This record gives sequence, C-alpha cells and structure tokens, in this order.
Amino acid sequence: MINSKDLLGIKELAPEEIYHILDTAAGFKDVLLRDIKKVPPLRGKTVVSLFFEPSTRTRTSFALASKRLSADVVNFSVTTSSVVKGETLKDTALTIQSLGADFVVIRHGSSGVPHLLGNLLNISVINAGDGANEHPTQALLDLFTIQSRKKKIKGLTVAIIGDIAHSRVAKSNIYALTKLGAKVRVICPPTLMPAGIEKLGIDVFHSIDEGIRKADVIMALRLQLERQSKGFLPSLEEYFNLYGLTDERLKLAKEDAIVMHPGPMNRGVEIESAVADGPQSVILEQVTNGLAVRMAVLYLLSGVKK
Amino acid sequence: MSKEILDSDDINRAIRRIAHEIIEKNRGMQNLCLVGIQKGGVILAGRLASQIQSIEGGTIDVGALDITFYRDDIHTKAEQPVVKRTEIPFTIDNKTVVLVDDVLFTGRSIRAAMDALVDFGRPAHIQLAVLIDRGHRELPIRADYAGKNIPTSFNDLVEVTLGEDSRKDKAVLISGQ
Repeated sequence: MINSKDLLGIKELAPEEIYHILDTAAGFKDVLLRDIKKVPPLRGKTVVSLFFEPSTRTRTSFALASKRLSADVVNFSVTTSSVVKGETLKDTALTIQSLGADFVVIRHGSSGVPHLLGNLLNISVINAGDGANEHPTQALLDLFTIQSRKKKIKGLTVAIIGDIAHSRVAKSNIYALTKLGAKVRVICPPTLMPAGIEKLGIDVFHSIDEGIRKADVIMALRLQLERQSKGFLPSLEEYFNLYGLTDERLKLAKEDAIVMHPGPMNRGVEIESAVADGPQSVILEQVTNGLAVRMAVLYLLSGVKK
Repeated sequence: MSKEILDSDDINRAIRRIAHEIIEKNRGMQNLCLVGIQKGGVILAGRLASQIQSIEGGTIDVGALDITFYRDDIHTKAEQPVVKRTEIPFTIDNKTVVLVDDVLFTGRSIRAAMDALVDFGRPAHIQLAVLIDRGHRELPIRADYAGKNIPTSFNDLVEVTLGEDSRKDKAVLISGQ
C-alpha cells in the first residue's frame, strides 16, 4: 500500500497510505508498552541519520525507533564530517549508500533536498524536515495523537497557531489534515502568513480568540526567536499578548479540546506553562507516539520493492 | 479447482477431540492458557477454550498474538503487512502455553510466534495445536495436537473459514498450478 521507497512529504501520500501508516503505528505503540520493547523486523539493516540542522527530539526519536526495530544506527555528524572539508551533498549521500546503509534520514535547511536524494539513491530516504517545506513524520505523529484521542480525524476543527510562513510542521499538518477531511484554521500575525495560503483549503484568522473558538484541536507552533530580530514581530511580549495560548483563551475552544505542540517549546512566548502542563495538553504523548509512528514508517518502507 | 476437505461437523468433532487431548496431556487445565495466532488461530483458540471449559469447568485464559513484526519475509513478500492486535492480558511466565493456528504448513509462522511469545515472558512449556497439518515443513517444528493431516502439493492453498456461526465452518483445498 505504500508505493514509494521514500517518505518525502505528506503532499506525496494518498489518504490510504496515511491510514496504513497510522494503523501500523498502533501495533508498534503496543510494542512500546511491553517489557521487551524490541522487535526484530529490521535486523541487519542500517539507518544513517544525516542532519544538517540542529535537532534533539527528531534525531533521538528516529535513532530509538530504529533500535527498537533491531536496525543498526549511525549518526552522521555534519560538523565533524567531510562536509566541512567541502564535500558536496551528493558525494556525501553516495558515500553513505556505498557504505551499505538501507535508510537515510535527512534534515536540511533547504527545501527539496530529500527529493534530490530520493532520486539520486537506490535506498530509502526519509525527510526529517527540509527548510520551510515539510516535516512529514511530525504530521503523522500529530495525526496519530489526534486519532487516538478523538477516535477520528474527519470533521474535526483544528486550529494551528504560529509562524505559518516558516513552519514545515504547519505545512505538513495542513496537507495531512485536509487530506483526511479535517477543517483547518491557521492563526498568525499578517507578517508570518504566507500569501495565498487559503488556496490550500483552510481558513485564515488574525485573531486568536476567533480562531480557536469551538476548536477540537489546538496546535501551537514554536516561534523561532530570531524572527523578531528580522522585523517580523515588534516584541516577544507583544506576540504572547496577541497570540500566546493561555488558560483564559483555551476556554474558548471546545471543553474537551486537546492542546498540541511539536516542541521545543518557548514557554511564555507561544504557550503559557499552565496550558503546556495542563490537563488538556497531549504534548508528551506526542513524543511517545512519534516513536511508534517512526517505527511504522521505517518498517513499511523496508517492505517496499526497490 | 477447489474441494471441501472438512465440513462444519468435521471441524467441530476435531475441536472437541483436541480439547480432550489438551486436557489429557496436561492433566486438567491448571496452569494452562491458549494463544491464537492472528488471524486464523484466534477464533479457533476461542472455540477450543469454550470446549475445554465445558469439559473441565472454570475459565481458561485466551490471548491473541500478531506475528507480523517477527516474520522473516517482509523484504521478500509481494504484499505489505497489515498489523493486527496482540492481546495477552495475563502472564505467561511458568505457564503451559498452547499456541493455536488453523493451518500448519512450512512452520515459519510458528517459529515467528515462538519468538514473539518469549518477548512476553518465559513459559514453562509451549505446545502447538492446529486444525489442519498440510505438511511441507521447512523447520523442525511439529504439532502436539492436529485436527486432520491433509496431503497437499506445495503450491496448493488451504483456506479455513471459522465464523460467528459455527454451522458455516469449512476448510477448502484449492489446487495450485
């Protein structure tokens, strides 16, 4: 049912493929709750992670997911590699393939790099974030979390608050949620809203109070702090006052609404601590689910005919 | 070409006999539990359990085991796996676990099932009950309890249908080319 050897973006996936990944992830979630959290399907396979941007949770999550599947994991550290000697991305990738890797998990600051590698290599390429384009496994784990809490995705109202213009998490989630029939709202200052975003079939709000009204799911995005110095925002305090997710505002959403955040959080900027640690928060559950979803992705891609 | 090899009466008689054999061999049902292999073995395990309970009285633990993650053919099989639930809500430590499957063929599913099972605990014994043993073993595995031995060609297909309504149970042999 998964047709490509690579996971490049949600844009490239059909709804049935997304559901197949979520169903498989449910099986791995059960494995993670057992005493022995390791299963053997990727024994003898090698996963190389190639991160050109900093990451703690995604990288760790992929490494742990690989180990739980009995694969070997190698972290390719860009700062201490031949990349600093001027090796091209293409040569680095071909070298990794020649070393006998079966998967490359790549994060890169430029959009489209995973697609480039996917065409270049015979092995599976997994996008762990490319520029402002996509972060597909984050969207998949968000879907998994929503589905396990709400028992469905279709028909839900999901409000995404934050830096939509620079956020690959937002982009992947918009593709994923609209494909599965959820109603998506995006809320952010006009300076952080990409032109033409409403063409993706979503509703645009500049007021958080209106945007989160009666929402089933609220997703706060991390505000990259350097945005302020680049003149997109007057100040972080101002941003919190206008767009911060507070306990008071959360009351406008449905009573049983869940609060999500892809991490890492800036407490007191996009989200108040009382909300992040409150009863409606599923932020830590997202992290656990991320492991199950990444196991499912690695596992299913390993079964695709190359 | 397909032909019915067991009808619902045959299947019910086989289940009754296996239930008696399990009780006889284990001298009752103390310390015993049944685990059906997804998906053909799960309904069969349930049937065996109610049969055993009606003979001995009391209740016996029944679980379901999905072996997808333990198979050795994900990289070679044409269709992609669909994961089903594993539910073993009881400890198997020091128990006698009777693995239950509908058809015993190459033995590879049973190998995978034993690998999966030991990740849940350390059973005292593992036994194997199957409705049909069709031969062609590729591993040193045999059934402790078999409903019927059916000679087949390697390319044949054996399909067992067990449903809510036991009157519709049947086993069919489809000749391969």
